[in-house]
Amino acid sequence: MFQYILKRIIEMIPLLLVVSILTFLFIHMIPGDPARLVAGKDATLEDVNRVSIELGLDQPIWKQYVTFMGNLFKGDLGTSLKTGLPVSNMFADRFMPSIYLTLLSMGWALVIGLIIGTLSAVFKNKWPDHLGMVTAVSGISLPGFWLGLILIQIFSVQLGWFPTGGAEGWKSYVLPSITLGAGIMSMLARFTRSSLLETLKADFIRTGRAKGLKESSVLTKHALRNSLIPVVTIAGLQFGFLLGGSVVVETVFSFPGMGRLLIDSIAFRDYPVIQSALLLFSIEFILVNLIVDILYSTLNPKIQYE
Amino acid sequence: MEFTSTVTEKKQVVPKKKYSPVREFWVNFKHQKTAFFASMFILLLIIIAIIGPSIAPYDPYKPDYDATLQGPSSEHILGTDEYGRDIFSRILVGTRITLSVSTSSVLLGAIVGTVLGIMSGYFGGWLDRIIMRSSDVMFAFPDLLLAIAIVAVLGPGLNNVIIAVSVFSVPSFARLVRGSTLEAKENTFVEAAKSMGAPHKRIMFKHIFPETVSSLIVFVTMRIGTAIIAASSLSFLGLGASPETPDWGAMLSMGRDYLGTASHVVMMPGIAIFLTVLAFNLVGDGLRDVLDPKTKNE
Amino acid sequence: MSEKLLQVEQLQTEFTKDKQKIRILHGVNFHINKGEVIGLVGESGCGKSLTSLSIMGLFKGTSGEITGGHIRFNGQDITSLNVNEMRKMRGKQIAMIFQEPMTSLNPVMKIGEQLMEPIRIHLNLNKKQAKEHAISMLKKVGIARPDEVINEYPHQLSGGMRQRVMIAMAMSCNPNLLIADEPTTALDVTIQAQILELMKQLQQQEDMSILLITHDLGIVAEMCDRVVVMYAGRVVEEANVFDLFEEPKHPYTRGLIGSVPKIGDKRDKLDSIKGNVPDPSDMPIGCKFAPRCTQVMPICLEAEPTSIMLENDRLCSCWLYDHERGEMHV
Repeated sequence: MFQYILKRIIEMIPLLLVVSILTFLFIHMIPGDPARLVAGKDATLEDVNRVSIELGLDQPIWKQYVTFMGNLFKGDLGTSLKTGLPVSNMFADRFMPSIYLTLLSMGWALVIGLIIGTLSAVFKNKWPDHLGMVTAVSGISLPGFWLGLILIQIFSVQLGWFPTGGAEGWKSYVLPSITLGAGIMSMLARFTRSSLLETLKADFIRTGRAKGLKESSVLTKHALRNSLIPVVTIAGLQFGFLLGGSVVVETVFSFPGMGRLLIDSIAFRDYPVIQSALLLFSIEFILVNLIVDILYSTLNPKIQYE
Repeated sequence: MEFTSTVTEKKQVVPKKKYSPVREFWVNFKHQKTAFFASMFILLLIIIAIIGPSIAPYDPYKPDYDATLQGPSSEHILGTDEYGRDIFSRILVGTRITLSVSTSSVLLGAIVGTVLGIMSGYFGGWLDRIIMRSSDVMFAFPDLLLAIAIVAVLGPGLNNVIIAVSVFSVPSFARLVRGSTLEAKENTFVEAAKSMGAPHKRIMFKHIFPETVSSLIVFVTMRIGTAIIAASSLSFLGLGASPETPDWGAMLSMGRDYLGTASHVVMMPGIAIFLTVLAFNLVGDGLRDVLDPKTKNE
Repeated sequence: MSEKLLQVEQLQTEFTKDKQKIRILHGVNFHINKGEVIGLVGESGCGKSLTSLSIMGLFKGTSGEITGGHIRFNGQDITSLNVNEMRKMRGKQIAMIFQEPMTSLNPVMKIGEQLMEPIRIHLNLNKKQAKEHAISMLKKVGIARPDEVINEYPHQLSGGMRQRVMIAMAMSCNPNLLIADEPTTALDVTIQAQILELMKQLQQQEDMSILLITHDLGIVAEMCDRVVVMYAGRVVEEANVFDLFEEPKHPYTRGLIGSVPKIGDKRDKLDSIKGNVPDPSDMPIGCKFAPRCTQVMPICLEAEPTSIMLENDRLCSCWLYDHERGEMHV
């Protein structure tokens, strides 16, 4: 088991390297001279040259990458062009709210998705199934930003139950996490349903019934346990969807997280911030997939022993 | 008494009426009532996309400062926006933008992904490894974030949105097609064509590609819904269509500020996006049930 | 005459497809005495597996239902039991093992856990006692190192071992009746013999009855006391195993036995039965076997034969043996 995890971590390293190279190159892919972009439109040639040396842009590109990586390991993500603050400082108080938001969204989406999917499978072609699947297909089709605005309109503006934005107190997390989780919840509900229907056809389910097990234990102990494996995998893959969605949701709710910082930075062409934010997002995504992989192997005995 | 063999188990063969594949598809698809209804809605959208500008009751761009932020009325059935522009007319005209942006980005992604996927699955070896590892790298960036990054590099605008959305579609298509290619490669007719010395290009596109078509159709339909949401999200974030364009996402973005006072400005384009995406998803579900029974959801 | 354990009387079972009811079992009759091994044979699709599922009441997840007839177990009509009473019966009085030992065990649950389930439900034992019982059952079915196997997962065991585990599980609550649906079809020939030997031995030890469903007449000859032959959802012949192989009465049974080559046989070809099992939704009138029968008579195409009692308590549904309406051709 430990070996398996170690192997997975080692396999991840090349991917991380390529991702770091790509994000490093990102700033160089923008048409035009990065130094000029950084120095601003009104900068003089002298300014541009000074910035170029300051950022090390006069160095050969591989050397720049080495410096970039070296700084990265020291925790130095560069300096924001807009605020002049170290990027790592800007991330410090925005990182955790975003993590809480995504975890909350994934949490409720997983629980409710599993419940809806299970009920739909158990009551296949009856009203709970129809209701569940109409909810799910609608949830997939709802644009997050629109759902967010509707929730603000109803629960913040009209009913006044929750704040319209910010990240102070648990109340400010309610509407954003509902918005962010809705799509994933729907996907997981659909997936749970089809996975469970597939499992319920398996021979070992019949064995369970032949043993005289209660239908509820057949469902929870035998069917769900098997269906959980693919569902968890899908949930992990969909984590990227959450990270992307968080950008939109944080913008709708003026939520002080990484996603909104990214969008604001794009508007200001604050490239060091954009670069680091992208890198952080993809590392987060890769790590989540690693965790899911490990979780998968603990849930599935077949992998454990290979 | 000694026995060495068993009774032969026979499978019953029930002869079925034969239809042409297209006819059979049509017969089965018509049974999927929801999907059929949704496809009629999409047909209507396509008609609107073509003739929208000529049937719009008002000029979608012309401001009317005497009639700003009006709620739905007999004059403006869906109300007006902050410049007094008729929302119904803007939605009609915007249909073309929504459909063309989403369809072209998905098709672009599908074409590139299919070519890469077939080559990857057919040739295998180092080419396969390169293509699959590259798509792994692309999968390491969450979809929408990849699109945001691309637009950040290329600058905002609808053309760049198309490029961004098609880029993040490529790896999914490549994987899908690679999978069906590997399956199709096992078919005897592919083996036969190979042994007769048919050129690779011919085998790939004459023999293997048709085998991937049904799952491709299903996936394209499903991805159009995703693409509409992605493109309108980018517009909403100010990275897509410019604010004066009657793009549904951009309209929504502009309407945000009037949410409390004139919520119809947000509601109407939102409903339009929702219904369109819903229609594509429902058709996609129906197509999958008919064309791709392997992944059938029952 | 010995005591009857199970009586299946006029059993009718139907499935619903596209809102249409399709009857698969058309009044199946047979009985099992205590301590007896009955073979239920026929081609696939003849309803032999469905008969066993009807006895077990295992219709959950399918559209199947019993629409007529009775199944009496120890004299009690179990078709009238409610879901809960039926559930308490399954695994305790009537146990079942299936064809595919590979897929019949839950892949993500340890063997011990799966074995202990019926033990804990039906025998009211605590965890420790149940575990001991599970280990003793594994020993009983001839599994070496049972205390290790209970902590393993199904994929770590061979096919034969898995079927042994299935047998241990089925036998764990001392059932009166074991239904074995093609228990060895998926196994290697050498393993087949071992599993059959084990079943025979346990049957004699526990004085249990077995309903053995198979299409393999070799197994029938080896294991069974009496044989019930089914065709198209009906019992066409029933006889003790010696009489049946010595002198099969029904043309279908003759076809079945004829399609098995005997050692020393000089024939080049097997006398396999021509044609296919008829589609349940499109049955011929009259005798269902008539279209494939080599001895078909005019009456066979018009009316369905009834079961006729012949010498030695054997039964056969064929016009050949009806002296009033059919003719003797034998």
